[in-house]
Amino acid sequence: MRVLLPLPVVLPLFAAGCSMAAARRRWLQRLIGIAALSACVAAAVAILLHADREGPAAAFMGGWDAPVGISLVADRLTGLMLVVAAPVLLAVLVFATGQPGTEKEQPAFHPVYLVLAAGINLSFLTGDLFNLFVAFEMMLTASYVLITIGGRRDQVRTGMTYVVINLIASTLLVATIGLLYAATGTVNMADLAGRIGHLPGGVRVAFALLLFVVFGIKAAVFPLFFWLPDSYPSAPTAVTAVFAGLLTKVGVYCLIRTQTLMVAPGDRPIGFMLAIAALTMVVGVLGAIAQNDIKRILSFHIVSQIGYMVLGIALFSVAGLAAAMLYLVNQIVLKSTLLLTAGIVDHAAGSSRLAEVGGLARRHPIVGWLFLLPALSLAGIPPLSGFVAKLSVIDAGFADHAWIAVGVAIAVSILTLYSMTKIWGGAFWGEVEVVAEPSDAMSRRYGATAPMLASTAALVVLSLALAVFAGPLLELCQRAAADLLSPTAYISAVLP
Amino acid sequence: MSLVLALCTALLFSLGTWLLLQRRLTRIIIGLGLIGHGANLLLLLSGGRRGVAPFIGQIGERTPADPMPQALALTAIVIAFGVTAFLLALAYRSWQLTGDDLVEDDLEDRRIAATRSTASDEEVADQRELSAAEAALESSTGGAAPLEEAE
Repeated sequence: MRVLLPLPVVLPLFAAGCSMAAARRRWLQRLIGIAALSACVAAAVAILLHADREGPAAAFMGGWDAPVGISLVADRLTGLMLVVAAPVLLAVLVFATGQPGTEKEQPAFHPVYLVLAAGINLSFLTGDLFNLFVAFEMMLTASYVLITIGGRRDQVRTGMTYVVINLIASTLLVATIGLLYAATGTVNMADLAGRIGHLPGGVRVAFALLLFVVFGIKAAVFPLFFWLPDSYPSAPTAVTAVFAGLLTKVGVYCLIRTQTLMVAPGDRPIGFMLAIAALTMVVGVLGAIAQNDIKRILSFHIVSQIGYMVLGIALFSVAGLAAAMLYLVNQIVLKSTLLLTAGIVDHAAGSSRLAEVGGLARRHPIVGWLFLLPALSLAGIPPLSGFVAKLSVIDAGFADHAWIAVGVAIAVSILTLYSMTKIWGGAFWGEVEVVAEPSDAMSRRYGATAPMLASTAALVVLSLALAVFAGPLLELCQRAAADLLSPTAYISAVLP
Repeated sequence: MSLVLALCTALLFSLGTWLLLQRRLTRIIIGLGLIGHGANLLLLLSGGRRGVAPFIGQIGERTPADPMPQALALTAIVIAFGVTAFLLALAYRSWQLTGDDLVEDDLEDRRIAATRSTASDEEVADQRELSAAEAALESSTGGAAPLEEAE
């Protein structure tokens, strides 16, 4: 494990350096990127299998043992996140290579994208709170570059908001880490889990809320989400897809990790989190209904769906956490797929505004299917994977008598279906309307170039596979949730 | 000593927050810098009492200072430095494009807020009108003036 654990971080970082050196040769950059991210898929699968079979494993960097040195820890939750993130990162990179624009014009795209991948993987792996801050900064600095790459006017405008809000969240995280260190004398998460219990009650609750706010900004929960629907749509499509699929979900992962590991059962802000979850779901979906642009509708849906995950987390039961994880896994795949489809619509019709495009399902039936399957899944139509995830969240809510939040969740899923039909009716049905035709023959016939269609189709197949293997996946999530609620194995893996 | 530093931290955080609420990116950047310094000072303070430099072999009988928060603060400073440089470049780019570094409003958001009905024909008409307004806005001096009004 000593060798395996750092691989998902080291491989993309090393590849980023190589890619930078190969800035003149685009084919070599593509080869490096795809090879590194494919190797990450393999490493992630190996880590998950090991964690599921033999329990949490830890590796210590720099020759110092925990709690002084930086530890990387992989339990089932980490393994699961790595396994889902890796294919999404790979598919989005393949999509980007087939898309005219950013990837072809900017030699910096590949190296920065690989740094982003390394940052995401490190956030999942790290067992040290300060190192989590460093991982966030790695991921965010790469995302700052990606969101403003090209330097168009609207990108600069939204980039400012995005960078400033994330910088505030990061500074708040540093301040929280400083206060935690002053109170406990450690920044190692496993060590903190043991020591935080000795603090006075009010201080413990204050830390629980501080951590919730810090990661709530990253995860875009109500009322800290305003930056997201504004900034995501203006990035290049492939970039938006990976942001939508992974960045906010890293925030959700950190919420799960910190609230279960570092907050004692009595101090968890359960009622507060349930209220936040309900408001996030409602406000996000209402925002989505009001929008007229596919990318913006989907960006508001990111917010709305975060609410379901927070609802699952707020229950703090095995069923609730397992449902939240299943939802998280589903959303990573579905959101990336839907935004890639939005990119295909933009490519095929020259716009993603509902008023300007139409009739795409007749013109390019493949694109229609690539949108329809994940959209129905997002709305929670059986037998697709989104239905299983939604059902398990609602089921867990019923088991814990969280009636109001569950009622809101059901109502919101109907509104989700409504806004998906709005996209479908606006862009895919009706008279054929396009703003601009794509220039190459393949795109004119099928709607997009081969890499774009293949990568999106691969993600659709992955989301269908999540439905087929929902049973074993839910069992894995339940085992992971049980680990989280009694973290003795996690702690003893880091501090033997 | 640590009371003075604690007061400094509070001052840096409050001044930074005030600057963050301004509309110009340069002021926001200075505000972020101040808040960042506040957070670093907080990290330093979290190390507890002062002591001698923690070098192996030179401590002897005296109490060393805790080196851990200093390492953390150093990392945080380096990261903040890099991101501030990026933000300054962004402010410069904004000045190149618009002649100003105001953080602008989300036009699409305004457009949606102005729409009362969702009937598609009206939408198209509305959007045409607004994009004409937007084009007029961009052709006028720098595009910053209407936003001043919005403030």
